[in-house]
Amino acid sequence: MSEHIVHPRVYIWIFLILMAGTALTVVAAYRDFPGPLNAVVALTIAVIKATLVVLYFMHVRYSPRLIRLVIAAALFWMALLFALTISDYSTRGWLPAM
Amino acid sequence: MPEGLATTHDAATHRALQHHFENMEQQREAASLGMWVFLVTEMMFFGGMFLAYTLYRYKYPEAFAAASNHLDIRLGGINTVVLIFSSFTMAMAVFYTQVGKRRNSIVCLLLTIVLGSTFLGIKAIEYRDKYRDSLIPGQLIPGRPFNPAVAKPGDTDEHKLHLAPGATVRNVELFYWIYFAMTGMHALHMIIGIGLLVTLTIMAWRGRYGPEYHAPIEISGLYWHFVDIVWIFLFPLLYLLGRHLGGHLG
Repeated sequence: MSEHIVHPRVYIWIFLILMAGTALTVVAAYRDFPGPLNAVVALTIAVIKATLVVLYFMHVRYSPRLIRLVIAAALFWMALLFALTISDYSTRGWLPAM
Repeated sequence: MPEGLATTHDAATHRALQHHFENMEQQREAASLGMWVFLVTEMMFFGGMFLAYTLYRYKYPEAFAAASNHLDIRLGGINTVVLIFSSFTMAMAVFYTQVGKRRNSIVCLLLTIVLGSTFLGIKAIEYRDKYRDSLIPGQLIPGRPFNPAVAKPGDTDEHKLHLAPGATVRNVELFYWIYFAMTGMHALHMIIGIGLLVTLTIMAWRGRYGPEYHAPIEISGLYWHFVDIVWIFLFPLLYLLGRHLGGHLG
């Protein structure tokens, strides 16, 4: 049985880091950062938290590479969705209405 | 018999091994892959809604900030802690099954159910507050359309909306459409997840799972963690986006 069993200590550490990340994201939300930085900070913390959940709670760190390929495909699809749609909406005013 | 073919006369074949798999490990990996592919479809599902949020937030920033500030950050924050803790107990349930500690794994499954239900209970309280303040969008509640009280300058009533110049009630309603669509879908996924967990707990109680066979718990764990990840993004985007603009707003 080559299944990797993750030690509970890892889970506890990840849980504590996730708690710290939650506290951090709330504290950062109340501080006024210049420009769009508030959103950048919030999303960066969220991405780090999600990555930890995926790698450790969901065992992706110890999973076959095929799983990582599937996740990468999903993220690639989402990147296309956001990039193309946002570029459509944000350039609406660039050409005169026909 | 050539190597690699299923040994159907193997006396040690686990009773949960399906005939089309060579061994339990392959079956477990296939189950995991199947659940991950399903989660990809879920990413598409929620991804579309996150996109809608992104577009309208940038189109109506003042209204979205005010509407977001009007949400109860304490309830949202508590729910975030509850849900992350439930992901921890879910991971522990998988661990205990992997090492054959059936009783501990059942306790962890039950804890996950309790925490998930707590999350839903707090959500219900939030929804009830929205109902009371007539913040449920459109005509979703017949006879009680979206009609929040807007505070005049100087009025500090928490139940009223405090709007900055540029924010219209109509665009605040748009935020609440997205809020209810996304948290509602998320809550539906939680309910389904709790249903899965109840089934798992009963099966675990009956001794169905152990170190050789625990794929159902593992893949249900994947589903549960995914729902947690959706909330990890929902919380800052819905509850925290306008907090830096000042407490008077919202």
